[in-house]
Amino acid sequence: MKPGGRTARLVALATLGCVLFNYPILALFNRPATFFGVPVLYAWIFGAWTVLIVLMAHVVERDD
Amino acid sequence: MLQGWVIVAVSFAYLGLLFAVAHYVDRRAESGRPVIASPYIYSLSLAVYATAWTFYGSVGRAAADGVGFLPIYVGPTLMIALWWLVMRKILRISKSNRITSLADFVASRYGKSALLGGVVAIIAVVGIVPYISLQLKAISNSFAILVQYPQIVMPAKLGAAPPLQDTALWVALILALFTIAFGTRHLDAAEHHPGMVAAIAFESLVKLLAFVAVGVFVTWGIYDGFGDVFARAAAVAEIAPLLTPLEGVAGGYASWVWLTILSMLAIIFLPRQFQVTVIENVDENHLKKAIWLFPAYMLAINVFVLPIAFGGRLHFPGGGVDADTFVLTLPMAEQQELLALLVFIGGLSAATGMVIVETIALSTMVCNDLLMPVLLRLKGLRLAEKPDLTGLLLGIRRGVIVLVLLLGYLYFRLAGEAYALVSIGLISFAAVAQFAPAVLGGIYWRGATRRGALAGLLAGFAVWLYTLLLPALARSGWLPLSFLEDGPFGIALLRPLALFGLAGLDQITHAMIWSMIANVGLYLGVSLAGTQSAAERRQASVFVDVFRHEAGGARFWRGTASARELYFVLARFIGAAAAETAIADYARSRGLVWPSEDLLADAEFVHFVETQLAGAIGSSSARIMVASAVKEEALTPDEVGAILDEASQVVVYSHRLEQKSRELEAATAELRAANERLKELDRLKDDFISTVTHELRTPLTSIRAFSEILLADPNVELEERVRFLGIITRETERLTRLINQVLDMAKISSGRADWQMTQVDLREVVADTVARMSQVFKERGVLLVEHLPEGGVPPVQADVDRLIQVLLNLLSNALKFSPEGTGRVEVSLRLLPGELRVDVRDNGPGVRRHDLPFVFDKFWQAGDTLVAKPPGTGLGLHISRQIVEHCGGRMWVESEEGAGACFSFTLPVAGEYAAA
Repeated sequence: MKPGGRTARLVALATLGCVLFNYPILALFNRPATFFGVPVLYAWIFGAWTVLIVLMAHVVERDD
Repeated sequence: MLQGWVIVAVSFAYLGLLFAVAHYVDRRAESGRPVIASPYIYSLSLAVYATAWTFYGSVGRAAADGVGFLPIYVGPTLMIALWWLVMRKILRISKSNRITSLADFVASRYGKSALLGGVVAIIAVVGIVPYISLQLKAISNSFAILVQYPQIVMPAKLGAAPPLQDTALWVALILALFTIAFGTRHLDAAEHHPGMVAAIAFESLVKLLAFVAVGVFVTWGIYDGFGDVFARAAAVAEIAPLLTPLEGVAGGYASWVWLTILSMLAIIFLPRQFQVTVIENVDENHLKKAIWLFPAYMLAINVFVLPIAFGGRLHFPGGGVDADTFVLTLPMAEQQELLALLVFIGGLSAATGMVIVETIALSTMVCNDLLMPVLLRLKGLRLAEKPDLTGLLLGIRRGVIVLVLLLGYLYFRLAGEAYALVSIGLISFAAVAQFAPAVLGGIYWRGATRRGALAGLLAGFAVWLYTLLLPALARSGWLPLSFLEDGPFGIALLRPLALFGLAGLDQITHAMIWSMIANVGLYLGVSLAGTQSAAERRQASVFVDVFRHEAGGARFWRGTASARELYFVLARFIGAAAAETAIADYARSRGLVWPSEDLLADAEFVHFVETQLAGAIGSSSARIMVASAVKEEALTPDEVGAILDEASQVVVYSHRLEQKSRELEAATAELRAANERLKELDRLKDDFISTVTHELRTPLTSIRAFSEILLADPNVELEERVRFLGIITRETERLTRLINQVLDMAKISSGRADWQMTQVDLREVVADTVARMSQVFKERGVLLVEHLPEGGVPPVQADVDRLIQVLLNLLSNALKFSPEGTGRVEVSLRLLPGELRVDVRDNGPGVRRHDLPFVFDKFWQAGDTLVAKPPGTGLGLHISRQIVEHCGGRMWVESEEGAGACFSFTLPVAGEYAAA
């Protein structure tokens, strides 16, 4: 990985998270619908959260 | 089976197990085979973030407003993504500076300011007390509920017990003892508590296991999976809004955003998080695992919050059961005794983990950064001279642990019942968020000052007190409610929950907005307006550029201290054995043996001792101690600054010196020139004197000769006698003339001559002088011709007598060199623009070309003076020229050898006629 790459990627992920867990993206899911029986807002938050963690794991663990 | 004694016994058994884990790990660490150095244990220990608040309170919050609990965990996830940037820097700084707590970090950054460290410690204690009370409340309530099994009765309905029968008090005391046993058995120079960390990691597993067990039981045991729970919840009109909660229910997006920010800050600045993340960290690379493992833990412990919350509300309709207790009451309602007991233990582990780490962190802070700097400065205690202070240090820490827990209990009694768990916790979050500007600003902004940090912290803390802590006390009845509703003294603008009229926000958002404005504003403003001391500048550079100067570096050092003295200082604080080991290691790393005379107490060694000491008593106190041990010969930062100043001054001086030396060279050259000139003048003076004496001797000689003849021979013929007397008279006249001229010249040269400057009609002067001389010319047979302009000429400014002297001199010179009979001298006067010109032309032999430059010199005489003595003194032309020049004119000679000479001079027309 190029120098500073890990830091830059993690900062990018943090920024992505700030966008995903914020207005207005969050407002898109604030409606009475379900995804496999789970309200879409909760499905979105937990889903995006999981993806974010997986991406973070990928970034910090990939080069060693 | 769930009698009180069973619960107590199981609880103690659990605590005993915890203690065994810690003890085992500590033993392993002491024997040099640590088990702590694992990124997984590190990551799990970070999960001390999940407290009883998470364990019980998340469900309570979710049951009330749906998503409100999530920012508390999403925020840290976002912040942890930034950890590789931020936390790695904090870690590096803390390691190289031996930081022992958050207060130490702040104090050290701002010039090792003991005041700032004390302020941080106080804010941390006051801010965390509600959080501690939350844990006490959770344990005592869950215990109170569990012992009522199989009934489900809320503790509030049981009424407040007197203190001695109050579970919470006993819980507080037991936890205090437990923490003391964990964290303060001995002093460690690095403040590492490997046993405690292992126990915390173990607790994290227990609480996760317990919570997931309940979650699984509720989701699949009571209901039929997630879909079933949510579908049933949607069918109930009261619960349905919680499925789309972001408008209205949870305080809207502003509340969501502020809670996220608050949690992002809390994950760094909660004292216990700082303790496990920074102080207990043994390897920077453990961060890598933690960056994804810890968020994954938070995700896992939150997955079942919503099913339990909705399940609880479906199961206990009507609000008879506090939503904070659903985790416990659902298994109880379903007669799952073992599960209920596991839940109780899970809650206990969440609470004890938090209390242990938090109080250890606070006790370190209060001891190192609040009490020790004060005690060490109190000269009366003579603390600096005591041989062993480890006992005192441990005593203080133990006292602080008990005190903090009792304060927590007090808050619990005062205000605890009025709030849900989450609300109590958020009050503490808002308090520690006040550290953010000082710490984050401090590691990236070099210009931040101590005063700025102090002003920001105090202002932010004051707003926090006013908008969060006072309302909490008011709601519990300790302050009149009118204080909240009408503002203090009825001033509506100052209402603590709607400060300056900012209404419509939830309490935390409101408090965060105002406290952050005050905190950040003053931090920036005061920093920008002020200046840094030398110590602040140095520490700013150490913190901000930590990745640049890695070594930490020995500092300026002056004076002498023996290695033994420093060893004794160290031994007093960390114990003789530990000091011995540390110094021996140090000596070995430099290829020396301890104890020996080889180990010099040089800058590096003193720095080493100070950092060791900082590990035990904080950087501010360590500095005081080392300074005292070396008789304050260590350079203070001010002195270092002074040295730097001196160095830069030396450069300035050297520049000045170069300049001076250049000036000196120039002056020397001038002096040399002046000296040459003086020597020349001296030579000229000698020449002059010899010339003058020579000139004087010639007439004197003839006068004397003829006088002697007349004296010696009285029979000299009358005719002869007359001739001799004539010669004597002429020579005497010549002598007189010579002396007069010399005096005249001296006067003119020295500027002491008496000038009678008037407006002179030059035409008249020339005409008069020519008339006066015409007889002499006639006698010599020389023709004197004058050419004067028709009509008048403008006057000149001159001394008329001297002007006549000049003309007489020129005319007699001309006469002297004109041949008798055929001689012809012409005098002409002409009017030129702005000046009058006089020419005196003769037809004599002229001046030889090589003599032209010297004609006007003193004693210059035409012809070879050695062979023939021409009449005249040789001063006439010189004096004439000086007179003309004094009157503002010029005098020169033009001559062709054998074709006569022409002496000319000009005089400027007097001022007021010049234009005409």
